[in-house]
Amino acid sequence: MDTLAPPDNRPANLEHGGPGTQAPAAPGPAAERRVRIRQVTMEGVCTLVGAALGGIALTWVLYQRILPTSGAVGFWLCGYVTFLCLYALAGVVQWEPRDVANRLVGVLLVSAGLLVIAVVADQIGYTAVRGYPALHHLNFFTDTMALAGPLDPLTSGGMIHALVGSLEQMGIATVFSVPLGVLCALFLVEVGGPLARPVRTIVEAMTALPEIIAGLFIYAFLILSLGVGASGFAAAVALTVMMIPIVTRTAEVILRLVPSGLREASYALGGSQIRTVLNVVLPTARSGLATAVILAMARAVGETSPVLLTAGFTKDLNANPFSGPQTSLPLYIWNYVRYPQPAMVSRAFGAALALMVMVLLLFALARLIGGKAPGELTRRQRRQLRRAREADQLVRSDREAGDRSLALELTGADRGADAQ
Amino acid sequence: MTGASIPAPDAHDSIALGRLPAPAEPPAGGDWPEDRPRRIVTPRSAADRVFRGVLRCAGVAVLVITGLIALFLILRAGGALRKAGPSFFTTQSWIPAANRFGIAAVLPDGAIIAIIALAIAVPVALGTAVFISEYAPVRLRRTLIAVVDLMAAVPSIIYGLWGVFFLQPRVIGSIRWVAENLGFIPVFRVRGEHTSSSFTTSTFIAGLVVSLMVIPIIASICREVFSQAPVGEREAAYALGANRWGMVRTVVLPYGRGGIIGATMLGFGRAMGETIAIALIVSPTYLLATHIFENSGMSIAALIALRYQESTPEMLSALMAAGLVLFLITLLVNALASIVVSRSRSGAETE
Repeated sequence: MDTLAPPDNRPANLEHGGPGTQAPAAPGPAAERRVRIRQVTMEGVCTLVGAALGGIALTWVLYQRILPTSGAVGFWLCGYVTFLCLYALAGVVQWEPRDVANRLVGVLLVSAGLLVIAVVADQIGYTAVRGYPALHHLNFFTDTMALAGPLDPLTSGGMIHALVGSLEQMGIATVFSVPLGVLCALFLVEVGGPLARPVRTIVEAMTALPEIIAGLFIYAFLILSLGVGASGFAAAVALTVMMIPIVTRTAEVILRLVPSGLREASYALGGSQIRTVLNVVLPTARSGLATAVILAMARAVGETSPVLLTAGFTKDLNANPFSGPQTSLPLYIWNYVRYPQPAMVSRAFGAALALMVMVLLLFALARLIGGKAPGELTRRQRRQLRRAREADQLVRSDREAGDRSLALELTGADRGADAQ
Repeated sequence: MTGASIPAPDAHDSIALGRLPAPAEPPAGGDWPEDRPRRIVTPRSAADRVFRGVLRCAGVAVLVITGLIALFLILRAGGALRKAGPSFFTTQSWIPAANRFGIAAVLPDGAIIAIIALAIAVPVALGTAVFISEYAPVRLRRTLIAVVDLMAAVPSIIYGLWGVFFLQPRVIGSIRWVAENLGFIPVFRVRGEHTSSSFTTSTFIAGLVVSLMVIPIIASICREVFSQAPVGEREAAYALGANRWGMVRTVVLPYGRGGIIGATMLGFGRAMGETIAIALIVSPTYLLATHIFENSGMSIAALIALRYQESTPEMLSALMAAGLVLFLITLLVNALASIVVSRSRSGAETE
């Protein structure tokens, strides 16, 4: 199912087969079949594979054996360029120039996508490999660093204090930022007016605000001016400043996808605005909003720079966010990775792996809950809807033909969506 | 319109449709002047007025927070700025105790890192965006979008670790080769004796890592804009005999030009503000890093992260001044970028 919102913001399941989306086949006897133009041919695959093998082999001979060059990145870069040249050469021989350009660009674009995937996979894999030695000692999850010096082996010391700090700060920041962010998004979508434009521009600008500025602001505001000591709470407020625009921005996008027909239906039934928002808009966007919140939490838990200036640093477990310094995972990594001792660097990587797992879990959760556009129904909801419509159809069976064909069309579209 | 496909109920008076535009003209015949639709003025209920007030407050709160950030940074930076005067923008060193501090080196260094990052990130991100929106199979598309989102969600400290421990040892060889063979170009020259450590901790490596952090931001905005390119024009291009690249070149890319520019600016703002990864990688110097492969490099954000602990009140004030400059620059760049993007994103402003 293509989740991209159609250009006119209609929900996918109400649509009668607009062009470009995967339109359900018309219920007629001979369903139209789309002609597939693009076909994978033997010669195309062979040219591609041959050029790739040739490029790598040639580079290996030249780069590793003959020329005085070294380094993995350089090797792959040279290999890639050689591969492109070979592919272009082999293409020019057999295809017309326009076709060669088309295929060459196709290869370039696919490799850009693959590069992104490779970088993400490598970051996760490398962190896992380097973090495992520290993480597979159980004491890493139960101890603090209070009694462990830089020269102690990995069997002593741990990161429980940082884990607790991270969770608490993320929790507090979520409690502060989610209501405010969602309310602000509702303001942008439901109220609007002349104030909405500057607010939207500022929110978008704040989304990319350097995180260190959030830390610096809270340092100047809470710690220097109001005299709140460096604590988990101050760090959480800094994270809040950073999270509000993110939540607002994503929630606004989600709320905007709620079909305005639903709102108008609610108004037509006499609903007030607050009722409409609470009973129609928010429930419709529920899964998207949950996703937005979880992704913002994933961002917040990994941020170092707001926490760096505001949380202080301690080796002890401090479960009270309101007094005394409190370490969090990113801060733990930042402090220990700069030690020269390998055990400390290992600990930093262990914490990095824990942080990465946390981000991945949040991310997976977001995908599990959300990933649905507002108005896109689950299979069960679609079944209920169809039953209701069929019942409606029986009641209204004496209505004029126009209505009936419309109902048929709707159930037909429904059946098409179910069959997917 | 969705409304047209819903079977209309009997036309009794609807109560709360305050949004329907009232037709201005009476029916052309003029026979039934009393049939003119009456103007619907719905007084909002008290609950609604309170509700809208609360929402408006939330909107204002964001503006207030931004204003507070600027206010507090200005308040705290005032001392240093008054002390340093205009030399704050022309001094290349950072010794607040001796009253010799300025951002003349730190700010351009950060900009150099950001430019290196963009030079790498923009082509890759554009390629990724076009790949996801035009080339990838539909069932793969969702996964790819998730991967790009994940790349944006990877904490910056992990980018830093990965850059220092994984990437840096693997690019030194290539950097050395470029420095030795293309060293006649001033930018690539590495001065002094060449040891393996003279190619590490450079502006270029910082830019390389930051480029990876910027890619998902640019890619996701561009993908969103590209996927809105009108279907009719795409099909017209195909009907005129274009192949896929021809269609992308003549329809999708021109349509997304505004989005590309805006996304690049957002990426620049993001790269300027990147802190932890840069602070982990560069070896702090307070000179203009004109040779990108040498041990050098700094940015305002990294400066704050590295120096805030050793600060006396005067030094802190100087850091606040640097932070204020960074805040104003990024806010300006980002606001401009978001305006450019929203102009190009058709239909986002309307219902």
